[in-house]
Amino acid sequence: MIELFKQPNIDWMGKAKYFFGLSLLLLIIGWTSVFLKGGPAHGGLPYSIDFKGGTNVDVRFAHPPNVDQLRSALSQQGLGASEIQAISDDAIPGAKANEVVISLEQKGQTDQALDTSKAQVLTALNAIYGQSNSSHSDFNAATPASLTAFLTTRDPLLLTTNAGDRYQQLAKQILQYRDKSSDGVLTNFDDLSQVAGVTPQVLASLKDGYALGPFTIRNVEIVGPKVGAELRLQAVYVTLYALAGMLVYIAFRFEWVYGAAAVLAVFHDVLITLGFFSLLHFEISLTVIAALLTLVGYSMNDTIVIFDRIRENNRLLRRESFADVVNKSINQTLSRTILTSGLTFLTVLVLFLMGGQVLRAFSFALVVGIVVGTYSSFGIAAPLVVAWVNWRGQGAAAGAGPAAGSKARGSDVAPGRLAPAGRRS
Amino acid sequence: MTPNLKWKALFILAVILGCILFLIGLPKFPPTSLADIKDNFAHQIKLGLDLQGGTHLILQVQVQEAIAQDTDQTVQRLTDALRAKNISYTEIRRIDDTHILVRGIDPAGLNTFRDIINAQYSNIWDLSAAAGQDGGYTLSLRDAAKAQIQESTMNLSLETIERRINALGLTEPTIQLHGRNDNEILVQLPGEGDPTRAKAVIQEAGQLELRLVEDPNVYTSQADYMQKHGGILPPNTELVPGTASRTVNPADAGEAWYVLQRSNIITGRDLRTAVENRSVNNPGSYQVNFTLSPDAAKRFGPFTEANKGRQMAIVLEKRVYSAPVINGRIDDSGEITGSFSQQSAHDLAIVLSSGALPASIKYLEERTVGPSLGADSIRHGVQASVLSLLVVMIFMLFYYRLSGANAVLALILNLVILLAALAMFGAVLTLPGIAGVILTIGMGVDSNVLVFERIREELRNGKSAASAVQAGFDKAFLTIIDTHVTTVVSAFFLFLFGTGPIRGFAITLTIGLIANVFTAIYVSKTIFQYHLAKMDRQAELSI
Repeated sequence: MIELFKQPNIDWMGKAKYFFGLSLLLLIIGWTSVFLKGGPAHGGLPYSIDFKGGTNVDVRFAHPPNVDQLRSALSQQGLGASEIQAISDDAIPGAKANEVVISLEQKGQTDQALDTSKAQVLTALNAIYGQSNSSHSDFNAATPASLTAFLTTRDPLLLTTNAGDRYQQLAKQILQYRDKSSDGVLTNFDDLSQVAGVTPQVLASLKDGYALGPFTIRNVEIVGPKVGAELRLQAVYVTLYALAGMLVYIAFRFEWVYGAAAVLAVFHDVLITLGFFSLLHFEISLTVIAALLTLVGYSMNDTIVIFDRIRENNRLLRRESFADVVNKSINQTLSRTILTSGLTFLTVLVLFLMGGQVLRAFSFALVVGIVVGTYSSFGIAAPLVVAWVNWRGQGAAAGAGPAAGSKARGSDVAPGRLAPAGRRS
Repeated sequence: MTPNLKWKALFILAVILGCILFLIGLPKFPPTSLADIKDNFAHQIKLGLDLQGGTHLILQVQVQEAIAQDTDQTVQRLTDALRAKNISYTEIRRIDDTHILVRGIDPAGLNTFRDIINAQYSNIWDLSAAAGQDGGYTLSLRDAAKAQIQESTMNLSLETIERRINALGLTEPTIQLHGRNDNEILVQLPGEGDPTRAKAVIQEAGQLELRLVEDPNVYTSQADYMQKHGGILPPNTELVPGTASRTVNPADAGEAWYVLQRSNIITGRDLRTAVENRSVNNPGSYQVNFTLSPDAAKRFGPFTEANKGRQMAIVLEKRVYSAPVINGRIDDSGEITGSFSQQSAHDLAIVLSSGALPASIKYLEERTVGPSLGADSIRHGVQASVLSLLVVMIFMLFYYRLSGANAVLALILNLVILLAALAMFGAVLTLPGIAGVILTIGMGVDSNVLVFERIREELRNGKSAASAVQAGFDKAFLTIIDTHVTTVVSAFFLFLFGTGPIRGFAITLTIGLIANVFTAIYVSKTIFQYHLAKMDRQAELSI
């Protein structure tokens, strides 16, 4: 049997003050960054276009573009304030930057401006990289429909029957080659000869009718300013609702203290993760909110596993102090906690490294969140319950407060020390 | 093997086979080649716009316009009614979208006024004394009536947009109500690289009117007319802008203002068909020919007969496109000229034959994913899924040995059920959805680990293999349910909140978790029991 920990015997509760200190430190570091950068509403938390509105145009070039040239062309279109960010698929930034995202912020612009901004970006791009031979349409902008129409009209294969279907199939294959094998920007028509069905005749007519533009628009996002503000509020609400839902569920399955401690711990995870987003300037998008909510659910798992064990041990070990019971419970579940969190951490790490730039911020939230979430289940949630039980226990012993006194039922079961629930035997 | 175990095994086998059949065996059954399997799979697992490429538009219908229009009509009808009964008043006007102010009603006619309101308006409007206005009343549109206008406006907009998009011939569009505000519509156009044209066609109001021209002269501006006529318009007329020459492009021609009658003879609703055609008079350009519905034709014939020799303006989107002279009786056809290209004439014909929008439309959001980005995302998603699956599997096999194989089997089954369930519900796989699949892999083994660690503990406490397995599953069961419920709770709120890709993620995660309870508990336990039944009683469990 391979084991990570052979009967660990760590006094977790004795170290609670260090855990609280560490959490406080992490919170302070992260949220100092948030407030130094302008507070949560004004740039301290880097919102993506989903939440702040604006225009993003993602362009991939055949060769790394000259950013200065691009910037001056954008300025000529009155888009001097736009931001140009080079992106790459590798997790290490700036590895190969053939791709840029041009972002225009939405500051009190009208609906028309929203619509024209995309056209202006395109004009600027065409000004630098545009085709001199404008009678040829750009192959890198061709759609399946337009290419099918082109091939059907030219009929390079001299098809007599079923020409429409055959050319549609061919167009699909050609464009698949362009989009998958050459990343959306074809640089040489002759590469297409690898595609099944592309005869020299087909190639010739493509060369004759099309030109190869040096860039392709990969992604366009235009979000009105109203949408963003609304969503931001909703994101906060939905997180709070989810937390409230869990509070109720755990309170129902355990006790209110446990629910409160678990929810506080998870809230702490979310705050620390957000702090990291501010610190490292990852953008908070809708998918990141999805990641945060998943995190809320996930880091709850570890906490519940520990709480479950506390409940069980509480019945078996009535002589021991509550802190010892909690310690024992954490120790007994430690290898499970480390194993599953470790495995989930590995999967999201893979996602972070290999998921491409679209999922980068999403997986970053999970990478940070899983580490913090695992730590907080024994570092925050469990000590909070212990602290509460001790406080109430002392209160009851000293007779401080009628509420505490009346709640202390039984002789050695302090309030919060889960009495046998009777649900399991 | 006990009969009970046999049935369990059969049931599990049936589920697996059912899922696999559903994923790769349909719709072409039986699949005879690898290409068939691929096709079937691609048919069953539908990809979201972010993976297959396409355009996603969210538009907002300006419903308040339709409500204000309705209020305006009420003002008009009320004015007419009071005039008909000879009740004098100081003014009747619309204050805002849903309120009308009536001021200075002749006290003698007050009862009649109330009767009119009670008889005709009281189910839609509330009458109350206007604050600070002596003898003044406010009519407020009831919320129920407002909601009704809102609903019919949204439905009409939805239908109109649907007709227009279908007429554009785009493949598999999605057009549906969207969001919580009850005034948004989501349009998804898969495979559409550049939505500029579709956007323009959707947004076009499509308001066509034919109106009589009151004054044969045209004016260069409103001020020009006012100056020449002492600032007075003939009754029931208005000045409408247009272009001086009907063959010149509106953009480069000078402004021309026409004096038109307020009432229209024909509106867009009276059209039966609209088609683009080559222009006869202006070669190389196009025009739109339309025909009228039989009802409208019955009105139009006599009308043109009676007004022979006068000019009739064709007003589109509140602009005069042309104002030809009526040469003779016209029954049911007409044309709109202007220098249209073939495409713009075609688009106009689509807009006209689909009918007018009840209110104008604003775009709130536009997202276009190019095909190469979608392909990239799929590649990354699949690579990451496969790699994380491998990492987890290798670890489980290494750490739990034979029992690890049990977990690996459960994990694979979990994924198969997840994909099959996605296909069955017609859920769309998005990029965050793929992330949900990966997360399911990570969280899926959590249940196995919980059970296995528990079994190990029981073994350490000296229990026999069989009772350790039994105790392990029993004790871990409630914990597993608890952990799953909390995650489902957060996925549920995510589903309520999110749209498109986010919902895809929430659905994937939830299905994955439910499938996980089945695989990690039921299936995994059955495998253990099967193994224990075959195993020597004294042998050690490989865990």
